[in-house]
Amino acid sequence: MAFDSFSAFIAMEGHGPYVWACYAVFFILMIATMAGSVRSRKAVIESCRRGYEFEADRSKVAASPAPSASFTRVNVSQD
Amino acid sequence: MHPIRKKRLTIVLFLLAGLSVAVALTTYALRQNINLFYDPTQISAGEAPVDVRIRAGGMVKEGSVIRDPDSLKVEFLVTDYSASVPVEYVGILPDLFAEGQGIVAMGRLNTEGRFVADQVLAKHDENYMPPEVAGALEKASKAEGKSVTGSVKPASY
Amino acid sequence: MWQFFHKLGSPKWFFGISTRFMPWLLAGGIVLLMAGIIWGLAFAPKDYLQGNSYRIIFIHVPTAFIAQSIYIMMASAAIVTLVWRMKLADVFVKAVAPVGLALTFLALFTGAVWGKPTWGTWWIWDARLTSMLILLFLYGGVIALDRAINDEKSAARAVAVLVLVGVVNIPIIKYSVEWWNTLHQPATFKLTEKPSMPAEMWVPLLLSVLGLYLIFGWLACIRMQTEILSREQRTRWVREFVLKGRV
Repeated sequence: MAFDSFSAFIAMEGHGPYVWACYAVFFILMIATMAGSVRSRKAVIESCRRGYEFEADRSKVAASPAPSASFTRVNVSQD
Repeated sequence: MHPIRKKRLTIVLFLLAGLSVAVALTTYALRQNINLFYDPTQISAGEAPVDVRIRAGGMVKEGSVIRDPDSLKVEFLVTDYSASVPVEYVGILPDLFAEGQGIVAMGRLNTEGRFVADQVLAKHDENYMPPEVAGALEKASKAEGKSVTGSVKPASY
Repeated sequence: MWQFFHKLGSPKWFFGISTRFMPWLLAGGIVLLMAGIIWGLAFAPKDYLQGNSYRIIFIHVPTAFIAQSIYIMMASAAIVTLVWRMKLADVFVKAVAPVGLALTFLALFTGAVWGKPTWGTWWIWDARLTSMLILLFLYGGVIALDRAINDEKSAARAVAVLVLVGVVNIPIIKYSVEWWNTLHQPATFKLTEKPSMPAEMWVPLLLSVLGLYLIFGWLACIRMQTEILSREQRTRWVREFVLKGRV
């Protein structure tokens, strides 16, 4: 250990504000870049999934129309 | 390799070579403007303009610092071990300022060849060492009759 | 050899292989970087001249060094884009340019904060500082140019040309302290000589350089994956990956 106490470590013989400002900005920017990269990867996967599900729904709609709009013959009792 | 790719690669390499030559010539032509400061040899040879704001850089000569007891005025010699220039400055010096230490001063050269500075910056070299090692080196070089900073890196100016 | 080279250009192959490496890159990078920083901050001896302010070196040198090597990698990728039209090379340039911008900014910022107590000024227009500022603008220019052109292929080529033109700045940054008088001191680490500091200072510095390199590797992988997924979303393998979670 190059320092006698924790407060000496924080003060760094008067250079503390300079040293700690550098390290703070470094960590904030690095963590922000890393978190942002993870988040945008998740966002792309999510938007792809929504796209595929939307397509799947639409093709299902095209293949089998809903019964309410159908013109299939319905047998109604003539009695 | 496919001939089309070979052709593209040649074009790219020619582009890079041409660009490098252009930039090399430009920086060579502008070298006096890219240099941050004049060194004492240039100043004593009359290469530096008089009464124009310029920078002068070099080592503070050992034993040349005279501090005015009543004000913040300081006088010292800046040297590159072949020529030296007297500098005067009024103001607070950086923490690293010491005899045998590198500095860059901003100011004007007057007609008597004295450099009147309005800003003094400290310059340090790329050697880092713990205080104990520096102390031991100093002791060893004192025994040899040389100063430690002078013996470690006189070539940086 | 060319076969391997072209396989390397396949986005699907890259996606699979990078997924396997990424946890190791991240874990190794964080361990090495933190070891280097903690060692440098708390255990390395102080400098005889600058005292404790020199401890900024343990992030200043890694960010500056990696910011420049990212640019060299981008320039190599730009040659590949122009000559071989390989998609992955363009994906790389696009993915890492913002990382390069962030690291260049950090190098300039830590340098300014370090300069105040040691030199006596935040900023000076010497050759080293100015050429590093030009690197920052080059990264910004690459990002802006890429966003300004909508067509993917023309954007890739325009960006590659800009990256290649800017690469002349790299030797200027490196040798500025030797070719001209500067306030900035020469490099501490040189390839041919031993470092100009004792081992208890350069070992932590080396650890943090290696650690930041690995973290950059992880960032490059994850950002390239993002770019690949958004470009290749019409392909079957991306569809399978998104819906089933495997490549």
